[in-house]
Amino acid sequence: MGSQTPWVYVGIFVLVGLFIPIAAIAIATFLGPKKPNAIKQSTYECGIETVGDSWIQFKAQYYIFALVFLIFDVETVFLFPWAVSLNSLGIFAVFEGIIFILILLAGLIYAWKKGMLEWA
Amino acid sequence: MDSALIWEMVIKSLVLILALLTGFAYLTYYERRGLARIQSRVGPNRAGPAGLLQPIADAVKLIFKEEFTPGQAYKVIFILAPIITVIPAILITATVPWGGTVTIGGREVMLGIADINIGVLYIMSVASIAVYGVVLAGWASNNKYAMMGGLRSTAQMISYELALGLSFVGVILLANSMRMTEIVEAQRGLWFAFLQPVGAVVFFFATLAELNRGPFDMPEAEQELSAGYNVEYSGMKFALFFMAEYTKMVSISAIIATLFWGGYRGPFIDTMPGLGPLYMFIKIFFILFMMIWVRASWPRIRYDRLMDLGWKILLPLSLSLVFINATGILLNQMWLIPLLSIGAGFLAIQAINLSLRRKENAR
Repeated sequence: MGSQTPWVYVGIFVLVGLFIPIAAIAIATFLGPKKPNAIKQSTYECGIETVGDSWIQFKAQYYIFALVFLIFDVETVFLFPWAVSLNSLGIFAVFEGIIFILILLAGLIYAWKKGMLEWA
Repeated sequence: MDSALIWEMVIKSLVLILALLTGFAYLTYYERRGLARIQSRVGPNRAGPAGLLQPIADAVKLIFKEEFTPGQAYKVIFILAPIITVIPAILITATVPWGGTVTIGGREVMLGIADINIGVLYIMSVASIAVYGVVLAGWASNNKYAMMGGLRSTAQMISYELALGLSFVGVILLANSMRMTEIVEAQRGLWFAFLQPVGAVVFFFATLAELNRGPFDMPEAEQELSAGYNVEYSGMKFALFFMAEYTKMVSISAIIATLFWGGYRGPFIDTMPGLGPLYMFIKIFFILFMMIWVRASWPRIRYDRLMDLGWKILLPLSLSLVFINATGILLNQMWLIPLLSIGAGFLAIQAINLSLRRKENAR
């Protein structure tokens, strides 16, 4: 077992945790009344008829933000092991980490100057 | 592994989940009473003494409500989305230690589900899953309000996740470990909230945005989106979204308490390890009060300013805090850390001030 044992505990916790929302939905499905009709099932839009599909094209800015996010999120995850062993690393590895952060900081400044981070 | 150990784990999981669900139920009551007091109202006081049975009344009402699926919705994902939202909110607590090791009936029982060596990474990855539930709910509803709410929510959550992740890096640097119990032990002398005050503040704001709570409750802005991503949900499925939000508030408060406010540590903890859950409860109670207070006091901020705050203020600030922590540790001058980080915090406040100034001077 060794170092895997805690993950078995997490697995048991996941199984018990899965049970709660599924049970809640199942109980409500059995107990709740069901009287569907066409007007009740129509899409809610403050009382007016919906026009067209709602799976529409949306602002491209969302996509750009997702791209920039991906870079920095991966950076953060790379920093985790570096942070754990900062004390035991040699001075060379510490500076390597700092240079890594600086390169990505340059990326952030580039994205900023390009106006990628502007919402309006 | 013997079967007694497995039963112990099942019982511990059930106790923790039931505690979280009770916490969720009474958090709604706490919030309603707290908000009412701040707005000089009384709040719910009819069901039971001082309204204490109000959460039970709400639950019974929601179980017997009719729930319907809109005809246009994508059925499978529509039903799955609330489940996907609830599960990470519960699972995120798996690595939080609730106390030391106590002896119950001759067995050594650790108060906590699992003490894994990458506890912080686990929390970060489980927290990221929560985005899926929200975006899938918005998409599967096939409703324009829900779609916009889901998109906004996603953009907001991923933007603030960066500041959140970098604040985690700061804590890991200070504790020299990703194991949650070791992070708590590292705060034996001084809580990290005092060693790295700005990091604690950044983490608090980032979690508020992750939780979609005021003043960052853009995804559910009633005036613009009626209810955001959960507009088409009713009955128990709506209750599950509600449950996810409030359970996550409790879980995240537990994480804030563990990372910055000394976790289960308090007076006499070394002689009486059973006091751990009590100290956790007190700390969670205060952090939850902060969240309710913030919601009652601040108006919702504008969406472009929300993104600006996340990307242009909190991200550079938390990056600089990582630098400051690393510098303090490498030079072995711990007093530098609070000093420099408060300086960085003041610079950030100045930047917010400048950005709030009008661009074109009207007069």
